[in-house]
Amino acid sequence: MEKFIQLTLSGIANGAIFALVALGFVLIYKSSDVINFAQGELLLIGAYLTYTTVEMIGLWWPIGVVIAVVLAAIIGVLVEQLVLRPLIGEPTISVIMVTIGLSLLLRAIIGGIWGVTPRTAPQFLPRDTITLFGANVGVDRLWAFALALTLFVLLTLFFRYSREGIAMRAVADDQQAALSMGISVKRVWAIAWAIAAVTASVGGILLMSIFGGVSGQIARVGLLVFPVVILGGLDSIPGAIVGGLIIGLLQSFAGGYLPPELGMGEVAPFIVLLLILLVRPYGLFGQRIIERV
Amino acid sequence: MQSGTFHTSYASDMALRPYWPQRVRIAIVLIAVLIFPWFADRYWLNLANTIAIAAIGAIGLNILVGYTGQISIGHGGFLAVGAYTAGLLAVRLDMPMWITIPVASLFTALVGAFFGLPSARLKGLYLAIATLASQEIIIWLLTHGKLLGIGESLSLPPATNNLFGVPLNALGNNDFVFYWITVGFLALTVIFVSNLFRSRAGRAFVAIRDQDIAAQVIGVDIFRYKLLAFATSSFFAGLAGALTAHYRGIISWERFTIDTSILYLAMIIIGGLGSVSGSIYGAAFMVLLPAMLANLARSVSGVVPDINSYLPFIQQGAFGLAIILFLIFEPEGIVKMWRNVKDYFRLWPFSY
Repeated sequence: MEKFIQLTLSGIANGAIFALVALGFVLIYKSSDVINFAQGELLLIGAYLTYTTVEMIGLWWPIGVVIAVVLAAIIGVLVEQLVLRPLIGEPTISVIMVTIGLSLLLRAIIGGIWGVTPRTAPQFLPRDTITLFGANVGVDRLWAFALALTLFVLLTLFFRYSREGIAMRAVADDQQAALSMGISVKRVWAIAWAIAAVTASVGGILLMSIFGGVSGQIARVGLLVFPVVILGGLDSIPGAIVGGLIIGLLQSFAGGYLPPELGMGEVAPFIVLLLILLVRPYGLFGQRIIERV
Repeated sequence: MQSGTFHTSYASDMALRPYWPQRVRIAIVLIAVLIFPWFADRYWLNLANTIAIAAIGAIGLNILVGYTGQISIGHGGFLAVGAYTAGLLAVRLDMPMWITIPVASLFTALVGAFFGLPSARLKGLYLAIATLASQEIIIWLLTHGKLLGIGESLSLPPATNNLFGVPLNALGNNDFVFYWITVGFLALTVIFVSNLFRSRAGRAFVAIRDQDIAAQVIGVDIFRYKLLAFATSSFFAGLAGALTAHYRGIISWERFTIDTSILYLAMIIIGGLGSVSGSIYGAAFMVLLPAMLANLARSVSGVVPDINSYLPFIQQGAFGLAIILFLIFEPEGIVKMWRNVKDYFRLWPFSY
């Protein structure tokens, strides 16, 4: 029972981070139909920038994190302006490939600046454990979950009440109608990339804190985003959250209960991904697209 | 001077290379290919072999992505299937190369058709994500393959490198002998695939790419031909994988990760989607780019001593940048640039 609770809680904490990363992914897809293969690198950028501001420059960690997140948002907007903007209206494969090219370029830049040896991360989340429902749980996981949750609430408020948020929903719903209502679609795309970069870098920072170090391993989560968003539905924000939690739990249980030499924690999400694609390609909450000739 | 396309017989209309300048160019290329190994050293032979193997894989991927319009991010996995099948046959059963290569290719075709099953329901980016999943699953099978009796890496006994009973090392050094094998297979692949798209199946592939619903309406069995495209494409992936296994002598799963899938996709995008020659140009570009950068780094290492530690990142960055720049400025790839050059001279001095 103790193991079950432990696995559940760590699964939920990881799942919340996956959901956060998936959220940015879904935002980009909804507003501009771009599948972003560079999401994992955005995570790395957030983590390494925080490492730089906190560990190398020695700022107080909240300030360091804020600076890192703002820089990541600027990088997100730049990427959208320079790389994605020229490819509007190109076929799917071009858009997929350009984000793949982008991920290689970003990884090379990150590797060139910070090297590939894993670095010890600054410790800003408390690392002690507490007993919850009779199981020992790392406090950092609870913190990660709480922070992710806070960000979700903030984003929900943003989409519901702010002018920009409503404009984003309008563009996601119907680009042409939004354009004719005087909404700047280009601005919305830029905001979508900025938000995606912010959620991804917060996810990266949380993962860095949980892993206790920063290395290319964090970018693997960028691939795990695919099972999450397909499970939840590519164009659904609630889907990203639910999908993230389910994949987090699945990974945690598969890794915890099945024999470790199978390495099921790594591959289980992808098996689920294939099954979901075969049975319900639009996912749990996604919009069914009906094809007309 | 040629001023337009004027065919007076069906045979000349159907010909792959109807004009004499094209035939002259082909002849020059063939002669160059035949005399190259007698003058090149092992470094260049190694590069040529790598290009030829990559070109076979890239042509295979182009059948699927460029001609049939099904995006696959799982080509690295299929290469791995080919390489490991050939490797296991050679290691466990001591089979010679001329058995393992065809068997591995056929087996990979089967595996490819299996992982093509999702294409019955999926297309576009959903299919791309499904193939990404198959890539991850194949690599997982290889790394946790104790159940299947696969080690994480294999080294092939050199004795299996014999051609109909003649050991290859009796014929010359490894790179020189393999040059004839890889280039031979590349030639067969080029001839087969060029003609494939003049056949019923090839036309069906192209119809599916252009408009799948319209293709179905005129009677193309979409699912069957999509599976056939997956199988054909994987056959060449298996061939490339098996050749890699025998040429390198050592295979490990790190050679076939998602980065390899991306590399092959990049080859066909940079070379030119839906073009056999484009696949070869792309393969050459993608093999030569890191090699040239390494040479450049070596020559400036006196001035910039740190350059070697940054070289992997420079190579990776150049690779990513090449993909981005090609997609932004020349989405049709090297083959289009080459065509522009040819058109310039063909139409000169009246370019309008």
